[in-house]
Amino acid sequence: MSHIEMENLKKTYDHQQNVLDGINLEISEGEFFVLVGPSGSGKSTLLRMIAGLEEISGGLLKMNGNVVNHLRPKERNLSMVFQNYALYPHLTVEQNILFGLHARKVSKSEQKKRLMETAEMMGLGDLLKRKPKQLSGGQRQRVALARAVVSQAPICLMDEPLSNLDAKLRAHMRMEIKRLQQQLGLTLVYVTHDQVEAMTMGDRIMVLHDGEIQQVGDPITLYNEPANLFVASFIGSPKINLTRAKVQDNQLYITDELKIPLRDTFLPKKELIVGIRAEHIQHATDETATHELEVITVEHLGNETSITFSVGNDYWTAKWIGQWQLKAGDKVKVSLTEEYLSFFDPVTEELIQPARVHAKEDEVVAI
Amino acid sequence: MTEFVIQSEQAYAKVWNKARKRQRLHSFLKGLLFLLPSILLFSVFLFYPLAKTIYLSFYLTDASGATTVYVGLENYKQLFISPIFQKSLEVTFLFVVYTVPGTIVISLFLALLANEKLKGIGIFRTIFSSTMGISVAAASVFWMFLFHPTIGWLNQMLATFGVDSIGWLTDPDWALFSVSISTIWMNIGFTFLILLGGLQSIDRYLYESADIDGAGYFYKLRRITIPMLSPTLFFVITVSFINAFQTFGQVDMLTRGGPQNETNVIVYSIYQEAFMNYKHGAASAQAIILFILILLLTFIQFKLGERKVHYQ
Repeated sequence: MSHIEMENLKKTYDHQQNVLDGINLEISEGEFFVLVGPSGSGKSTLLRMIAGLEEISGGLLKMNGNVVNHLRPKERNLSMVFQNYALYPHLTVEQNILFGLHARKVSKSEQKKRLMETAEMMGLGDLLKRKPKQLSGGQRQRVALARAVVSQAPICLMDEPLSNLDAKLRAHMRMEIKRLQQQLGLTLVYVTHDQVEAMTMGDRIMVLHDGEIQQVGDPITLYNEPANLFVASFIGSPKINLTRAKVQDNQLYITDELKIPLRDTFLPKKELIVGIRAEHIQHATDETATHELEVITVEHLGNETSITFSVGNDYWTAKWIGQWQLKAGDKVKVSLTEEYLSFFDPVTEELIQPARVHAKEDEVVAI
Repeated sequence: MTEFVIQSEQAYAKVWNKARKRQRLHSFLKGLLFLLPSILLFSVFLFYPLAKTIYLSFYLTDASGATTVYVGLENYKQLFISPIFQKSLEVTFLFVVYTVPGTIVISLFLALLANEKLKGIGIFRTIFSSTMGISVAAASVFWMFLFHPTIGWLNQMLATFGVDSIGWLTDPDWALFSVSISTIWMNIGFTFLILLGGLQSIDRYLYESADIDGAGYFYKLRRITIPMLSPTLFFVITVSFINAFQTFGQVDMLTRGGPQNETNVIVYSIYQEAFMNYKHGAASAQAIILFILILLLTFIQFKLGERKVHYQ
């Protein structure tokens, strides 16, 4: 019923600059699909093209197999939640929620029934007579969601809906939106610049940069096997540690002193970029240690500690479980081994080989 | 020991109060300094003339405006039995009724058109707002030509349709109407510009959300545009209202209050009384009545309007 396809979709302004260049994508029914990218990447433009608010310059947009390029927003049978919620300031919560149904001339009794259901579902029962300015940020957000829910459209588009909320509320609403999507079986296209939102909510994620698709896949794949340097550094917090390195005599030279022996890895290039996730720089005992690194800064997060080391001209960040009493200047023994390293081509920035071992996979499976 | 503490606290409170008073005085004087230019300007051009007018309205004057005899409220009493003043009150009210709604409706229509995103819309925006840059005198001369009984375009146009020519400015039944039309034309520029500004400040997300919800043009106009524009509309209505009460230029240029006092609005009548009949006292009394009238009506407007205006 609510399947979206894009074939070579393009957007240009004034026939000059390519904002979006040849987007091919399929979003299946009932999927939570996240478009993520930095500002200016074209993700909101793509969403607005799906909504029909932005003209499509080239290519085909299909819904349920039918081309909808020419259809007006109201004929596409979808709902949308805007970043600033787009609530009508002069109307009450009830009038805001019913605005669309009223415009579509849905019968009074049906309106009332759907209003009650939606208000119940979104916990807005006591706020129906209030105006938007009398609501808190989280409540406004709920009204905006209620407007999407009440329309009963099978496709819902959301444009950075959580970016105006504080961190705590954002975490809560992430869960609520996810729950709502599953409960209603919505096909949800969700735009965000926040990779945490993308990772935590999406069934599948598309990373967009400068109008081009960087990678499409489920969150774990994006994290473990980023297609290129952009995706690698965009997905994951703290950022993946990246350093230029050289290969010589089966040794990986990160700096002249810091080298990692390569036993099982064959690399076609002499020079490349090495990436290692923060959790893969592991603390080691005297026996297991392979290297010693100098501490630059220590950040305590309570349950874990984020430690920055100096590696050549770069800084590497490690994340260790527990509370580590370290000072700047300390030398710490760590274990750095080849199976945790990802390799990228320094010229094309494409992935050559992903890390072979991921976050303590075996242990997770054992539990 | 405790006594000593209390004493010292009281002593401190005294010092503290003194310091606080000094700080307050200091910031008051600073604020006054910032206001000084406006206070000076307002005093010279507004407060002093107002006081002087009130003062004059209780006196008879000679030709130069110097007071001669104190008459108390006599000037006001005379006005209320004067049929000419009553006529001019009536004409002023009619003039307001003719011009304000016309100006607002036409300007709103033009602003809605000019708010659409079309190629070359800037040209239309310039044209529609251009009357703001034309002085009342110049515009009146232009309209005088249009209204001219024989060579005026209006009558020539009527003639081509075989309609008898109209004495636009000379026929008592038409004169006020003609002056009103020219006034509406002159006011459109300003009103249009303010309304367009109001329309442009409405968040476009509201319209996009309504588009997705399936709202049509007129539904959006009624449910979004007009309510969101209401503060601007209210401002424009109030200002047009006050301006209409104070109209002078076009009446002076086009009809000089005639024919048969049909266009003798209050301000023109004040002008005639003061500078043609040299009755400064009576003119001042009229001015005060006009002032009170505008004040009252604006106050009523605010009371009625507030309920229907949606401030963000």
